[in-house]
Amino acid sequence: MHDTQPGARPGQERYVAPTDETPLRAIDVVDVDAVPESQWREAWKRLRKSPLFWLASVIILVLAVMVAFPTLFTSADPNQASLGKQFDPPGDGHPFGYNFQGADIWARTVYGARASVAVGVFATLVTVLLGVVTGAIAGFYGGIVDTLISRLSDIFFSIPVLLGSIVVISVINNVYPNKGFWGSVFVVVLALALFAWPQITRQMRGAVLEVKNLEFVDAATAIGASKLTNLRRHIVPNALSPVIVSATISLGVFIVAESALSFLGIGLPQTMVSWGNDLSDAQTLVRSGQHLVVMWVPATALAVTVLGFVLLGEAVREALDPKARKS
Amino acid sequence: MTEAPLLEIKDLRVGFRTDKKKILTAVDGANLSIYPGQTIAIVGESGSGKSTLAHAVIDLLPGSGHVMGGEILFEGHDISHADRKAVLALRGSSIGLVPQDPMSNLNPLWKVGRQIKEALVANNVATGDAADKRVVELLEEAGLPDAERRARQYPHEFSGGMRQRALIAMGLAARPKLLIADEPTSALDVTVQKQILDHLDQLTDTLGVAVMLITHDLGLAAERADHLVVMYRGRVVESGPAQEILQDPEHPYTKRLVSKAPSLASQRLSSVRAREEVREQAVQTAAEIAEEVAQSESEFGEGRDDIIVVENLTKFFTLRGAKPWQKVDFAAVDDVSFSLRRGTTTAIVGESGSGKSTVARMVLDLLPPSSGRVLFDGRDVSELRSKAERLKLRRQMQPVFQNPYASLDPLYSIYQSIEEPLRTHDVGTKKERETRVRDLLDKVSLPTTVMSRYPGELSGGQRQRVAIARALALEPEVVICDEAVSALDVLVQAQILELLNDLQAELGLSYLFITHDLAVVRQIADNVVVMQDGKVVESATVAEVFDNPQKDYTRKLLDAIPGASIELGA
Repeated sequence: MHDTQPGARPGQERYVAPTDETPLRAIDVVDVDAVPESQWREAWKRLRKSPLFWLASVIILVLAVMVAFPTLFTSADPNQASLGKQFDPPGDGHPFGYNFQGADIWARTVYGARASVAVGVFATLVTVLLGVVTGAIAGFYGGIVDTLISRLSDIFFSIPVLLGSIVVISVINNVYPNKGFWGSVFVVVLALALFAWPQITRQMRGAVLEVKNLEFVDAATAIGASKLTNLRRHIVPNALSPVIVSATISLGVFIVAESALSFLGIGLPQTMVSWGNDLSDAQTLVRSGQHLVVMWVPATALAVTVLGFVLLGEAVREALDPKARKS
Repeated sequence: MTEAPLLEIKDLRVGFRTDKKKILTAVDGANLSIYPGQTIAIVGESGSGKSTLAHAVIDLLPGSGHVMGGEILFEGHDISHADRKAVLALRGSSIGLVPQDPMSNLNPLWKVGRQIKEALVANNVATGDAADKRVVELLEEAGLPDAERRARQYPHEFSGGMRQRALIAMGLAARPKLLIADEPTSALDVTVQKQILDHLDQLTDTLGVAVMLITHDLGLAAERADHLVVMYRGRVVESGPAQEILQDPEHPYTKRLVSKAPSLASQRLSSVRAREEVREQAVQTAAEIAEEVAQSESEFGEGRDDIIVVENLTKFFTLRGAKPWQKVDFAAVDDVSFSLRRGTTTAIVGESGSGKSTVARMVLDLLPPSSGRVLFDGRDVSELRSKAERLKLRRQMQPVFQNPYASLDPLYSIYQSIEEPLRTHDVGTKKERETRVRDLLDKVSLPTTVMSRYPGELSGGQRQRVAIARALALEPEVVICDEAVSALDVLVQAQILELLNDLQAELGLSYLFITHDLAVVRQIADNVVVMQDGKVVESATVAEVFDNPQKDYTRKLLDAIPGASIELGA
């Protein structure tokens, strides 16, 4: 490929650019003025730009206020019912009117948020805790421990969450009836988490397998960090981002699951105010096609809430996208 | 000479739109010409705009990239402002491309033959059975033995070199007049690189194809092309005949490149002299340390001359056999022995798969050997039982790894990364540790402002400095560099090597330097261990290996150093 005829041809004469055009820079110089940016901060910067994130934040914020200060939204008592007001139309302070029992529909929806959110948040926390610990151990130690955890998670994974929860809750409810608000929430959380952890375990295990072979883990070992220190300080934090995304989305999914369970009459007891119970009460009206507002209000609240968490999950996924992070 | 140029680039400007609506100019006023059948090389560091320039020619600019001005004339016609159809017609049939990364540029779900056939069909060269036949011919031509069977295989069944050959076959499938080769061999071993470039030379010569070779390696460029175009910060800073530029570089950047390229003759001479000085000083400092160690009870080791002795080190990995119940033992490291003298550098050189990194991991006690032993200053590493003893060993021996993107925890600030070894060994108070981190950053010539920054914000070379600072935090006697400079640009690489040399002289460090690149060995090492397939092929001083290699394999490695054959006036 060497040219047989040396010597410059037109357009290939010797050319040297003036030095002042591209002055030499020091090699590999550090930009001293740059602002430090951790990965989380960088993700937050991306998140801030996402309209999805803001929409989701508004929904979740409103929901949070509703849970903490229901009286800001309604002055009516959700448990006060008088049959005389059955299906009364909306009136002052009662924007959606009254239900079959003569209770304020809006007040019941506002107060019902508490049960839904409690189940969603706690079920997510327990699931993540279980999943992260088991997944990290399985991925890090491998061998027989991995096999045991993975097969166990396979067993639980093969049982549909809703179906499994129904069985567990029924059994517990038979043994311990009358548990009060937090007792009932606890049982539902336990049942949902029991069948939902394998998904997080799998994700965590995969992420840990990937991270544990990176060189900074070897570097820490060579420094003298013990296995457990390494796992805690370097591996788990770097393996968390996919888990955070699924946890956010599953929060919404758990809220739906709670409503489904209550709708079936198995979740929270009928006496408690919850969206699932309200929907359950409304199902007879669906058949007759009258007074559908009784169903619409809690159903919309449920749908918007779930939408909020799913959107947040999507926004977080985009912000944490490992591909975008490397470039 | 009335021949018209095949490709002429005039005043080309290429820009990228950033998310702040600003325009980032990647190529600024570039001029160059290529004549039919000629090979030219575009040389520059990463970010110099060399790949952008090449991609502009075939209209493959990524994302928001676009031509902002100037002309690209192919056979006299401007293609930078031509409509899409005209460019599509040129692509493949008149201008071929051999992309950079052979690992990601083949579709893993398609057989290799089918991917080449696609190129033939798309350019209307051949269809059906005729195309299938042509595919085999093309693969043969690209130097793949047993081409018929290979065409029916999937990319994962190919080695990196074989994939690159397949990509060359694809680039040349439609017999283009110009082949753009974008760092075609930077992901490959030097010996494979040489084979492939030799073959490409021969092939393009016979076919009369012009080649635009994009590379960061000046030695390689000068060896393969007769016309060089040097790019720096988006501009062409110097161009002209290769020999002339090498012997008489005029632009300060070109001068810098020529003086730092490890394979070129001037560098060869000066580095040998510089290395001698470093060694003298380092050995002296190291001897003083050794005396202290020998007299002290608390220090780890006995103060011997050979700080690391590796005896008959062997590592078997168990692989799955042909049947599910079968297992095969594979010797990744086979009976390796060598020693590292205090205050000197021993380089372990070999291609990928030679077992050199496995040796490093065993010396570092990150991987238990199957047999053989590692002695650190007279103590058998595998016999250290107590945790305290092991921690003492760790303090004396620290690694610097290859991949500057993976060797620092991305969630740790630079301060946390460098402080970690101090914290792990409970050294000093928080205040003292901070002073120490500042000292260390100063040692590796980084400003203390980087302390609060994160690895993602630093360049590869800067991260490698941080990794060196972390390795030095515990004042080790030995640093094991596993391909520590392989991922860096030539100039940054030279800078890091200089830093390592300075630190060695100052602190009396001993280095075990693992590398596939013989060219850098002269700059840093005193002794060389050449490995092939897990075995030591040759073991001697640097001078002996370079001037009088005893084994064919060593000669082959030396031969493959790009630019080694170029003689300079110096």
